[in-house]
Amino acid sequence: MKSIKFRSFLDATRLHLILALVAAAIFISHAQAQESPYIVTYDHYLEEPGSLEVEYFSTFGTQRAGNDFHAFWAEFEYGATAFWTTELYFDGQTTFNDSTIFTGFRWENRFRLLQREHFINPVLYIEYEQTSGADKILKEVEGHDVESDYAVPNTLARKEHDHELESKLLLSKTLYGWNIAENTIATKNLTGGNPWEFGYAIGASRPLGLKASAQRCNLCPENFIAGIELYGGLGDRYSFGLHDTSHYLAPVVAWNLPSDWTLRLSPGFGLNDDSHRFLLRWGVSREFSGFGEMVERLFGGHKQ
Amino acid sequence: MKMATIKTATTLPMISALLSLALAVPLLFAQKGDSAPAKKDSSVYAELAKAPRKARTRRNPFERDPDAVVAGAKLFDLHCAECHGEMAEGGRKGPSLRADEVQQATPGTLFWILTNGVVRRGMPVWSKLPEPQRWQVVRYLKSLTPAEKSPQ
Repeated sequence: MKSIKFRSFLDATRLHLILALVAAAIFISHAQAQESPYIVTYDHYLEEPGSLEVEYFSTFGTQRAGNDFHAFWAEFEYGATAFWTTELYFDGQTTFNDSTIFTGFRWENRFRLLQREHFINPVLYIEYEQTSGADKILKEVEGHDVESDYAVPNTLARKEHDHELESKLLLSKTLYGWNIAENTIATKNLTGGNPWEFGYAIGASRPLGLKASAQRCNLCPENFIAGIELYGGLGDRYSFGLHDTSHYLAPVVAWNLPSDWTLRLSPGFGLNDDSHRFLLRWGVSREFSGFGEMVERLFGGHKQ
Repeated sequence: MKMATIKTATTLPMISALLSLALAVPLLFAQKGDSAPAKKDSSVYAELAKAPRKARTRRNPFERDPDAVVAGAKLFDLHCAECHGEMAEGGRKGPSLRADEVQQATPGTLFWILTNGVVRRGMPVWSKLPEPQRWQVVRYLKSLTPAEKSPQ
């Protein structure tokens, strides 16, 4: 039984990794990213204008009253301007001993509210999600999301269709190499009379080395950024608070390679009985500069 | 492994529409704004004058560090060359950093610009680079030979 579970996990991972790599291989131009290690929390840094970042993420989650799962998503993040980043997500999941399904998509937009750096830098986040009840990527935890919600078999869970509007206020500051970020989440499910739901995410991270070495190197301390995330739900409009909510503490690390790839790893630990006991997340991403210009040239813009 | 089928009748058109919208709108916006070729007129450098006096007078802690030029060149190649050109001579998106306006600016001014960006003109903030790395980039920029002036 274990080998079947493991094979399903590998099949799903391989399929989506291949898709991400194929998408990445289409483009030629590149630039090294200095990506944050966060998987749930957002800092105030947006994608560079004209750059496209292609990302693949996985979440393996343990489930006490049900089957463990492996949820995955692909992200296409584009810097429209220096103050606007737009991002498209495609989600899916494999529940062991159950099935692998596509669970929906999200369109996210982030707007930098202030032109320059300030003591605290606010960014407005607005996302539209069209997902099924089987979505398990846990990209954010909000409202009364608890572990038992994820135990429903896929055939039943996917019958629930959610259209959600999600807003966040992202506050972030970098000082002495440390980034501190706090996200306040408010989500409204547009289907039915669901109330506004709330959540939070807090992150802190720092590069292992602040000064760059003179040589290009894979293992230089400045290529590694380590930190920690804390995130969870805060109930809804009618029952705001911590009861019947789940919370996670997750160390995070990112490895920014000079070859333009970024790898992220984050083991997350549930902090109460309503949380999954363990979430293992990892991701791989690559940034492609000049994507906007390439598309412009295709449509005859900027002839020289 | 069961691969559940996607409801093609509704989901795929919706995804196509969203994908088109998500990519086309930002691209159109970008064409009209940030990706316009960098103008060669001096107004591009006007932002340098906006650096506060306290920022302008800051000294580069790597002023006497010979390795800082090499490290700064590496950082420039990784993060800046895409817009400002491989030799900092200016690209389609970013102005020349060998221009007199840049070369005569104080290290503190350049550090301030790097930290705050010029968001309206498409230059992102670079405070995500740790402070020592921003100073290393500044050290590299100040080591560049100023551009020769073209005859008027």
